[in-house]
Amino acid sequence: MEDNKAIVCKDLTKQFGDFYAVNKISFEVLKGEIFGFLGANGAGKTTAMRILCGLSFPSSGTATVAGFDVYKQQEKIKKNIGYMSQKFSLYENLTVLENIEFYGGVYGVPRKEIKSRSAELVQTLGLESEAKKLVGELPLGWKQKLAFSVAIFHKPQIVFLDEPTGGVDPVTRRQFWDMIYEAAATGLTIFVTTHYMDEAEYCNRISVMVDGKVEALDSPANLKKEFNADSMDEVFYQLARGAKRSGD
Amino acid sequence: MTVLGFLLQKEFRQIRRDTTILRIMFALPVIQLIIFPLAMDFDVKSVNISIVDQDHSTYSQKLISKIASSGYFKIVGAETSFKKSLTYIENGEADLVMEIPAGFERNLVREGVQKIGISVDAINGTKAGIGGQYLNSIIADFNANIDVNVKSGIVPQQGIIDITFTNWFNPRAEYKYNIVPAILVLLLTMIGGFVTALNIVKEKEVGTIEQINVTPIKKWEFILGKLIPFWIIGMIVFTLGLTISWLVYGIIPAGSFLTLYAFAAVYLVALLGFGLLISTYSGNQVQAMFVAFFFIMIFILMSGFFTSTDGMPGWGKVISNMTPVAHFVKTDRMIILKGSSFSDVKQEFLYLVAFAGVLNGWAIWNYRKTN
Repeated sequence: MEDNKAIVCKDLTKQFGDFYAVNKISFEVLKGEIFGFLGANGAGKTTAMRILCGLSFPSSGTATVAGFDVYKQQEKIKKNIGYMSQKFSLYENLTVLENIEFYGGVYGVPRKEIKSRSAELVQTLGLESEAKKLVGELPLGWKQKLAFSVAIFHKPQIVFLDEPTGGVDPVTRRQFWDMIYEAAATGLTIFVTTHYMDEAEYCNRISVMVDGKVEALDSPANLKKEFNADSMDEVFYQLARGAKRSGD
Repeated sequence: MTVLGFLLQKEFRQIRRDTTILRIMFALPVIQLIIFPLAMDFDVKSVNISIVDQDHSTYSQKLISKIASSGYFKIVGAETSFKKSLTYIENGEADLVMEIPAGFERNLVREGVQKIGISVDAINGTKAGIGGQYLNSIIADFNANIDVNVKSGIVPQQGIIDITFTNWFNPRAEYKYNIVPAILVLLLTMIGGFVTALNIVKEKEVGTIEQINVTPIKKWEFILGKLIPFWIIGMIVFTLGLTISWLVYGIIPAGSFLTLYAFAAVYLVALLGFGLLISTYSGNQVQAMFVAFFFIMIFILMSGFFTSTDGMPGWGKVISNMTPVAHFVKTDRMIILKGSSFSDVKQEFLYLVAFAGVLNGWAIWNYRKTN
């Protein structure tokens, strides 16, 4: 019955003492969708995302990712997703090719396939001359594009992107979103958090979290209509203005 | 298994690139083995002594010349009063003051008993203590000779028990034989305890561990991927250490290499487990460093590395036995110096296996991919 759904979450909660980092959130993400997960700093986005990735146990509620339960089947979830975190997480003292090889390898991509496809990937990214350079020497924008490519190298069903374009220049951000669109076109589900409202406009649907709760969920066009706003910026401002939590 | 292959490949590539750590790991055995045994010599060779002779008799002269000719003492002063002599200790010129009171010879001959005052400078405890012991044995020897010469009493003197020491397995009681095997243990301890802990915690700090935790890598694969490279490096360093001990000090293990390596291998697994355990409890490299340092200090000071564990009080021995280091320091010396066979040290081997099992098991249990 969940055939067309990549992520289903119901009343998902994460509690630290008497602090509700994530407070009964419910939503569904369709397969092949670009789902924007918005919220101010400290709203609970990263915590929710960590639960969905199998990095953190929820306190209550239910959720399935790629059809697997977040309580019991975390390792199965991990096989079927890609993840790119806020913190840059490729190995800086490995080369471009070595990073691709390593992450491809741990997801079980055969060596032969890694070899042919990484050559292809390097070419697509325009990193041919940098392929044997250490990743630490690349500019941030390129690192992020590489990290995204590595996160989807093993052809997962869903990829989670946690603020993938933080600190990246507008041109690179645009290229990055082109990559996301290309990936989504192949049927990959994209779950992305961002602080850039222009990026929110690129998503099929977005949810906005405020103080641990999902306060709004719809397509950008419908949200603008609902809040009688010209831009997503304004929608976000109207929702987040009442937030009690702020900062990280 | 293929995943483990990728992990090992990645780890070796990173180790190879971190040339600073690599260089230190290989400089360690060279420097420690060359400097420590030569510099840290507990043999006391010249004790400075100041003598107050208030008797000026043949016997007192004999005793003084006996002391002077023993080779252990350097007579730095001959004063007439104890007060004056004590200034030598106060000025740091003498370690010991020996006072021969007036009537020394007379009392010895007539009554067969005479007291001699020895004052020691307890600031340099070891030197003065050992000096005091040397002096005692010289005086005891002197006494024995008097008994023979004087033949004063009608009642025969009690038989004198002559004690001679023979240092087995280290005939000349040279410190290097004692310290070199211990340094080999220290090398493995540093690599196992520090380097692994810091390596894993570094991944936590940089954030790559999160990326690892979100992959389907199994816990045991990740942990073996970290243990195996450092285990191999540890064994290479150990071999390098043995080679240096042979080249520089001519120390060749008297026991079998197989036994020695079996111990080193298991010991290293135990210490790697210890490092791993620390890394699972530490959030950053400073914490890991501090905790590792805290425990390794205890390990080294309580393990019989410098001082014999036999002199420890009961509770001290209990603590000592709870460190894997103590078991290897002991057996390492036994195998290298004494040539103990595996069956002699089987008990200790089982201890080490238990340590390896507990520490690694605990670390694996405490390492969480999902929090």
